[in-house]
Amino acid sequence: MSSTPAVVVDEVSKRFRLYKERNQSLKAALMRGGRASYDEYWALRGVSFEIPQGSTFALIGENGSGKSTLLKCIARILEPEKGDIRTQGTVAALLELGSGFHPELSGRENVFLNGSILGMTKRELERKFDEIVDFAGIEAFIDQPVKNYSSGMYMRLGFSVAINVDPDVLLVDEVLAVGDAAFQEKCMEKFVDFRRAGKTVVIVSHAMGSMRTLCDQAAWLDRGSLVEVGRADQIVDRYVDKSHEKEVAPSSSATPASSDGATPDGAPVKTRIGSGEAILTDVTVLDAQGLPANRFRTGEQATIRISYECSERVERPAFALALDTVDGMRIWAHHTRDGGLDIAYIEGSGHIDLAIPSLTLQPYTFDLSARILDHTLTHTYDFLRHCYRFVVETGELRESGGVVALGGRWNADLPSIASEATV
Amino acid sequence: MSVVSDLKDSRGLLVNLTLREVRGKYKRTLLGQGWSLLNPIATLLIYTLVFGFVLRVPVPVGEDSGLQVFVLFLACALLPWNFFNNAVSSGMGSLIANANLLRKVFFWRPTLVVATVLSLNVTFAIELGVLVVLLLVFGSMPLPWIPLLVVVVVLLTAFALGIALLLSIANVYFRDTQHFVTIGMQLWFYATPIVYPYQLIQDQAARMRAAGNDFPLETIYRLNPLERFVSVFRAMLYDNVMPYWGDLLFCLVAAVGSLVIGIVVFNRSQHRLVEEL
Repeated sequence: MSSTPAVVVDEVSKRFRLYKERNQSLKAALMRGGRASYDEYWALRGVSFEIPQGSTFALIGENGSGKSTLLKCIARILEPEKGDIRTQGTVAALLELGSGFHPELSGRENVFLNGSILGMTKRELERKFDEIVDFAGIEAFIDQPVKNYSSGMYMRLGFSVAINVDPDVLLVDEVLAVGDAAFQEKCMEKFVDFRRAGKTVVIVSHAMGSMRTLCDQAAWLDRGSLVEVGRADQIVDRYVDKSHEKEVAPSSSATPASSDGATPDGAPVKTRIGSGEAILTDVTVLDAQGLPANRFRTGEQATIRISYECSERVERPAFALALDTVDGMRIWAHHTRDGGLDIAYIEGSGHIDLAIPSLTLQPYTFDLSARILDHTLTHTYDFLRHCYRFVVETGELRESGGVVALGGRWNADLPSIASEATV
Repeated sequence: MSVVSDLKDSRGLLVNLTLREVRGKYKRTLLGQGWSLLNPIATLLIYTLVFGFVLRVPVPVGEDSGLQVFVLFLACALLPWNFFNNAVSSGMGSLIANANLLRKVFFWRPTLVVATVLSLNVTFAIELGVLVVLLLVFGSMPLPWIPLLVVVVVLLTAFALGIALLLSIANVYFRDTQHFVTIGMQLWFYATPIVYPYQLIQDQAARMRAAGNDFPLETIYRLNPLERFVSVFRAMLYDNVMPYWGDLLFCLVAAVGSLVIGIVVFNRSQHRLVEEL
């Protein structure tokens, strides 16, 4: 393998024109005495980096950061205004699967059509045809017009053709989420084969978990400028931390500060349901120092404090908490009765704490909901949905994926590099 | 020349895209490829009715063939015109029609226009084949002219392709282009001796000269490359005579000129193509 990089991105800038009046008519142009007036928008500003041969390279950044534009520039679909992109060997882009399929033509005809669009010769296609159809798993339907395919079949056939192009550099844009679990597994295997064969892969994705493990190197883009290039795991971690910081900022300011013990009036409420004899005045997560915090690390100590206020004496109440991921999956719930705490009554105002010795959550964003109930757990006095948001970041306890950290340890009677080194 | 190597590299794609156009066009229609013949037949019949029977356009006698049939006289010019017209209008829209493809995959962009024009060549070839058979039935002998006919078809294709390339890119930047072209093509149709013989223009010019008007009607009229193409097709198919060398040369120059201009303009304007789609 030669040491020349597979892709050199050299001071690349790309400008888009945002037309004030999107009407490409000759009349409008004549009346204005020229082309339509437009604003300039720089999607990329002086981006430079190199992608080494044989590496799997991630482009990360928020929506609108210019990742896809850059990928399209590498694929030569867009031409940069300034700068230069040099690529070694053949380049194929998986930007959208099945683009260029003709709905009325059969799967077979479309394989040949799409394959040649992606740059394969007829002979190559004939040789790989069975493999392509087999990989997509649609043998029975290959002579049917593709418009009758299910969307999954359509995408699988598209992916299958594209992955079999066998280019030196493969550009992938958010197409890893194709098909069912079995097909995804096959895709991953294909990527691994690809890497093993010393080919270069450039991926744009928001699936940070898989990017972290799949890629060797990463470039982080923010509003068209390069932030950092380096090892994928480090860049991904820093990017995730940074983007969570932004995410939390508005919600933490909306959450009333209660460290001084003052009862906030007119606290912003997300969703509030209940009869109101007792209300939740504040829900906060405190860190090990007892200070309210929005950011925690996996394995840290935390305390959830629920503050309440009663307009009358409430007999035998129960407090409940629930934790959802930011995308809405319920991962945990707990109430005082299951926790073995039977409260006789509450009056006036006060608070109740739930101590968590170790926050066994993986890096992610979580939303907390709280509720005051009667002892039968059927009547709600007050319920606050998603009243507190916090972020967990990579900590001492590091596990590979998912939302919970189980604190598992690998044990095996096998030679390992680490143990040999210590012996 | 990079155009030649680009064309060579995208040969396979060109064939496949052309096949897509040919196969996809009449898929799921009862008559299938039959439609590609039915359309010109219908046009021929309508024009024959209007111009042959109602307006009574004089039908010239074929020089060597001795033919005097309006439908055949018309068909020898109408079929090349139809090909030209379709090639220019479909070729012009081919970039926008394939916007999705252009946004997602990189390939040599003119391939789309070339494939569209080539797919119409397939139809044109079938039509010409049928016409040749009909001419034979009616006693014309076009067979010796077939090699030259192929050459002229190639020239007409190049001429149409050049214009299609030019207009396809213009249409991306100015969507009005296609509407202007529709009007322009109508004008062009009547400015070319298709439904009437060239003789009528000569007669008109003679009358104007007699009246002391020295407007160079014939000279201007003959600047139209399609007039030359039509004359060449008619000479070979209807008259069975060797076309004038001047006309052939004019066709060659027009074809090369159009193609060169088309390619140059296309290459110059394509760098922002995908964004403007």
